[in-house]
Amino acid sequence: MSSEPETSGTTSGVDDAEDRTLTTLSGAGDTAEVPLKVSGLEKHFGGITAVDGVGFEIDKGSMTGLIGPNGAGKSTTFNCITGTHKPDAGRVEFNGQDITGLEPYQIADRGLVRTFQIARELGEMTVLENMMVAPKHQRGEALWRSVLPFARNSVNQQEQEILERAWETLEFFDIDHLANEYAENLSGGQRKLLELARALLTDPQMLLLDEPFAGVNPSLEERLLEHIHELRDQGYTFLIVEHDMDLIMKNCEKVIVMHQGRILTEGTPEDVRNNEDVIEAYLGGEV
Amino acid sequence: MSDDESGGEYGQSADDQRAVVMGIDFRNDGLMLLTLLLGIYIIYLLAGLVIGFPFRGLMNQIGQLTFWIAVFAMASLALNLHWGYTGLFNIGIVGFMATGVYVTGILSKPVFGSGTSAAEVGGFGLPLWIGIIGGMVAAGLLGLLAALPALRLRADYLAIVTIALSEIVRFSLLSDTLSGHNIAGYRVGLGGGDGVILDYPDPLESLIRALSAPFDLVFGEQGWLWNEVYLGVVVDFVGNYIPNNPKPVVDNFAYAAVLLLILGGFYVLIQRMGNSPFGRVLKAIREDEDVTNALGKNTNMFKIKSFVVGCALMGLVGILWFGTQGSVTPNTFRPRITFYIWIALIIGGAGSNSGSVMGGAVFAAFLFQGPRYFKNVIETALGNPEAPSSFGQAMLPISNGDVVPFLLYTLDSIRQLQLFMMGVVLIVLMHRRPDGMLGHRKEPASSIPLTRPIKRSGGGDTVATDGGETDE
Repeated sequence: MSSEPETSGTTSGVDDAEDRTLTTLSGAGDTAEVPLKVSGLEKHFGGITAVDGVGFEIDKGSMTGLIGPNGAGKSTTFNCITGTHKPDAGRVEFNGQDITGLEPYQIADRGLVRTFQIARELGEMTVLENMMVAPKHQRGEALWRSVLPFARNSVNQQEQEILERAWETLEFFDIDHLANEYAENLSGGQRKLLELARALLTDPQMLLLDEPFAGVNPSLEERLLEHIHELRDQGYTFLIVEHDMDLIMKNCEKVIVMHQGRILTEGTPEDVRNNEDVIEAYLGGEV
Repeated sequence: MSDDESGGEYGQSADDQRAVVMGIDFRNDGLMLLTLLLGIYIIYLLAGLVIGFPFRGLMNQIGQLTFWIAVFAMASLALNLHWGYTGLFNIGIVGFMATGVYVTGILSKPVFGSGTSAAEVGGFGLPLWIGIIGGMVAAGLLGLLAALPALRLRADYLAIVTIALSEIVRFSLLSDTLSGHNIAGYRVGLGGGDGVILDYPDPLESLIRALSAPFDLVFGEQGWLWNEVYLGVVVDFVGNYIPNNPKPVVDNFAYAAVLLLILGGFYVLIQRMGNSPFGRVLKAIREDEDVTNALGKNTNMFKIKSFVVGCALMGLVGILWFGTQGSVTPNTFRPRITFYIWIALIIGGAGSNSGSVMGGAVFAAFLFQGPRYFKNVIETALGNPEAPSSFGQAMLPISNGDVVPFLLYTLDSIRQLQLFMMGVVLIVLMHRRPDGMLGHRKEPASSIPLTRPIKRSGGGDTVATDGGETDE
């Protein structure tokens, strides 16, 4: 009856539910040590060069912050990696595969999943429906299987599994009490949680979070951070674009600083904090 | 509750759960629809009986009403797949209908020169069912043609493309160049402005004769069901009440009944498509296509599938609607029909299948057929008075305090006023009830009820919402 006997055996008591959730979520096992490799990335909009030869590598299981002042090209870099924009030059590799210029769905399919700067919930769908859209390659996504009577049973079976995973993930993020609420009725912070939870259901290996803490109140921010740390410990790799420098400095082991479409510097929070260029870029030279 | 009991009652309890969780009792939808239909028929019958409408006319009207309800409900369901589920703004519905019925006509009309037909052009003389499938396929292919370039664009552009396409279809049908040609030895064509005479065998008779096949074997008579049961029993029986040529009245009723059955099929099909992972992705595309794409779904593929299936269904509605009228002309297929269907869907509430059916019924009964019926009834009651022929003649007597000519004039212009009434209804609805007459309706897109699964290891602090006990 139970699908994860080994987990229920090793843990006990209160933590039981949560532990099982985590194992169910974990889809992050892979061999490549450097899952994401970006080199020479360029993107122009008309006469403006938004991204100008950006290159970096993200280590497996790490949490990397991408920071920079407004207009530094962070979001454009992000969009070029995830396929929302087609880069004009450069190369994006994920797990050793060239994913430059692929469609967003193809990139997501390979395990590189993004969230959006402004939480984009599917408003007139319930939280649970939002979650259940996410799992990849559902049998019932084939039209004929959904419609024909004899094929529908296998769809229902998988739906049951997806439903259970969706509930468990919602419990993990403590938003299961909102399951049947329309997503548009959620608060800004709850939407961010929902978006992260939804992204997890696609079985990603790496998550690209675009300003996950914007518009989130401090207590929810704390919770969101906790979840991200927990997931990182599970083996997920994170790249986080963020405005709030302190937050990144405290939580990421590596920080990439962008300025005017280029990479200004990268390194540990300590290095970056003491870097003169960074101070200049952020404070406009007056120290 | 014991184990096997819960297993046996799965279907029932699943309904209950869905009802509880989604905040709407799904079993009540059927009830609501039945009440609505019953109400409509009672109003029609009462109005007719009180005024003393002749029985034959009344029955004809009721048969017509059923026909319109079925047709608008089906069209509204097909549109719901496009707009309600996927958010595809299709305002070229009539073009797909025209394609459906014209292709069916050309495929199934008798070959030119055979028989006594006065038709300008012939057809391929294929069986009707092949013609119908061909018509649906053609409408679907036309949808694909429109979808491939247009679905990459945003919603408003698809709207422009579809309405232009429907006009292109109409003008192609009007074209002299395409009106008649010899293709592979068949003289076929679109008939130009004169249209196409649909002189294939009567669909209703063909259907009943086809269904008759097993009976024919037993009773050893060709078309037993048609000859003995339909003509011999049903038409004969109605003949007791409508002595003078009862067959057309019965035909009307029987065809409308067949349409209701097909409507049932439409509903089941679209409901299954909607309440499935497929439908869930469609809904997600409606809400935010970029997000859906970023979740790993090939949104273009889903949009194309949804669009093509919807277009094929619209083709079928066109066939069922116009295919029994003896002939079709291109100018029947003006954009007005498209907007009728949009009004029906908006009344019912886009996104809800049961709402779509109810919207179709309400539109057919009160906005489409209603005013004409009302006019007929009143005119019969007043003994078919002569209405003034111009607005001036209608207004002049008002100065003498005589409003009757004006009222008669209004009644006589009811077909024109109908459009005005539809506009008013549309504006009021958009203002007061933008989610449709029934308000917002939750229909979860999943093939199973979305209740919280029962916790399997006793440690959970949550209680299953359906109150079901665990087996431990």
